[in-house]
Amino acid sequence: MQQKSASPVDNSTSTAPPKLILYSFWQSSCSWRVRFALNLKGLPYEYRAVNLSNGEQFSPEFEKINPLHYVPALADADLVVSDSLAILLYLEEKYPHKALMPVDRRLRVLNLQAANIVSSSIQPLHMVSVLRNIEEKFGSEERSSWAQSKIETGFFALEKLLNSLAGKYATGDEIYLADVFLAPQIAVAIKRFNIDMSKFPTLSRIFNSYKALPEFLDSLPERQPDAVN
Amino acid sequence: MAGEESKKLKLYSDWLSSCAGRVRIGLNLKGLEYEYVPVNLLKEEQQTPEFLKLNPVGFVPVLVDGDVVLADSFAILMYLEEKFPQHSLLPKDLHGRGINYQAANIVCSSIQPYQNISILKFMKEKLGPDADVAWARDQIRRGFAALEKLLKDYSGKYATGDEVFLADLFLAPQIDGAIRRFKVDMDEFPLLARIFKAYLELPAFRDAMPGRQPDTPAEHRD
Repeated sequence: MQQKSASPVDNSTSTAPPKLILYSFWQSSCSWRVRFALNLKGLPYEYRAVNLSNGEQFSPEFEKINPLHYVPALADADLVVSDSLAILLYLEEKYPHKALMPVDRRLRVLNLQAANIVSSSIQPLHMVSVLRNIEEKFGSEERSSWAQSKIETGFFALEKLLNSLAGKYATGDEIYLADVFLAPQIAVAIKRFNIDMSKFPTLSRIFNSYKALPEFLDSLPERQPDAVN
Repeated sequence: MAGEESKKLKLYSDWLSSCAGRVRIGLNLKGLEYEYVPVNLLKEEQQTPEFLKLNPVGFVPVLVDGDVVLADSFAILMYLEEKFPQHSLLPKDLHGRGINYQAANIVCSSIQPYQNISILKFMKEKLGPDADVAWARDQIRRGFAALEKLLKDYSGKYATGDEVFLADLFLAPQIDGAIRRFKVDMDEFPLLARIFKAYLELPAFRDAMPGRQPDTPAEHRD
């Protein structure tokens, strides 16, 4: 596995920085969520690439980390947490500095709801393995229209949820958990699936806010150590 | 009397919805009374203007707590956990919490999404009468294999030890659906089969099952 230390842009923790190791694949949008969150929280980490395109997730080395063979996985001393939502909730509890969950209970619920729209209703339906399955069954045209319709359905739901809430970011003027899920999802929708974002004015607007953040830019797939041109 | 009624929790649910099932278990475990408002997903009642006014996203379950409207089973359960801390749904240790979040999310993001109504309908229309069940069964078996692996070092009487926690709330309805709707052979998944039997001994779980809801059709009643 490739290894590199990745320092976030703003490392203002006063105590000794934690020794976090993130197992990630540059193109994995689930890994992207955690990269973005670690940057936002100012948590330095070591990047360990797991090459999903050549089956490295099945290597004996990675099997010891996550026997379920997926990224992201986070090692924190002798503890390993897998699954992006589980990792993010763990980080919130262990490293409360620069919180990604708001104090207000209702707003917390709304952030979890938005995060889950991405995590349960959109991303699982356009994963490479699922699209391959769809293509095998129905052909490549159906594969494209499936991906597009699943993303757009989810994006319409998010527009409805967020249009009266959003400010600079998804649920107001502060960046929170919903944004950590939305930013990679919107980026992937545009880049990989050519989604017409003019139908989603709220999502378009907040995406512009993300693009202005060094923490987001540093988490981009193409900036990761294992990025391939 | 109006004041008392408006204080009661209201759950918008469909008898067969596993997402609603998770919340039903949580409410039962915490001893919270609630009014059950049926939303018939087969008849697409979640798309009615009435329901969309309540939850513009059009998903079930929805929980109404006074003037607060909450959607998404995971979000609702976290809210209940914070507001009504009795019978905590999460262990105290960070690692145990992480395992519970992970198991819950395997169900929530890696299994259940592939068996939602619109996808099953699509498969049926495109591939024929049993294609939807076959599709769902494949997805479930994959997810269950992952869960067997994840939980083997942690399970006790229940998924992550000898106490009921969040993972169990997600697993119970998922396993029930796998058996009831998709004919998954649970002999392949001994750990999950064992803990499912343990769930059925608990009233909080039994009472939340699809066969016992106010909107359960007569032919499916327990």
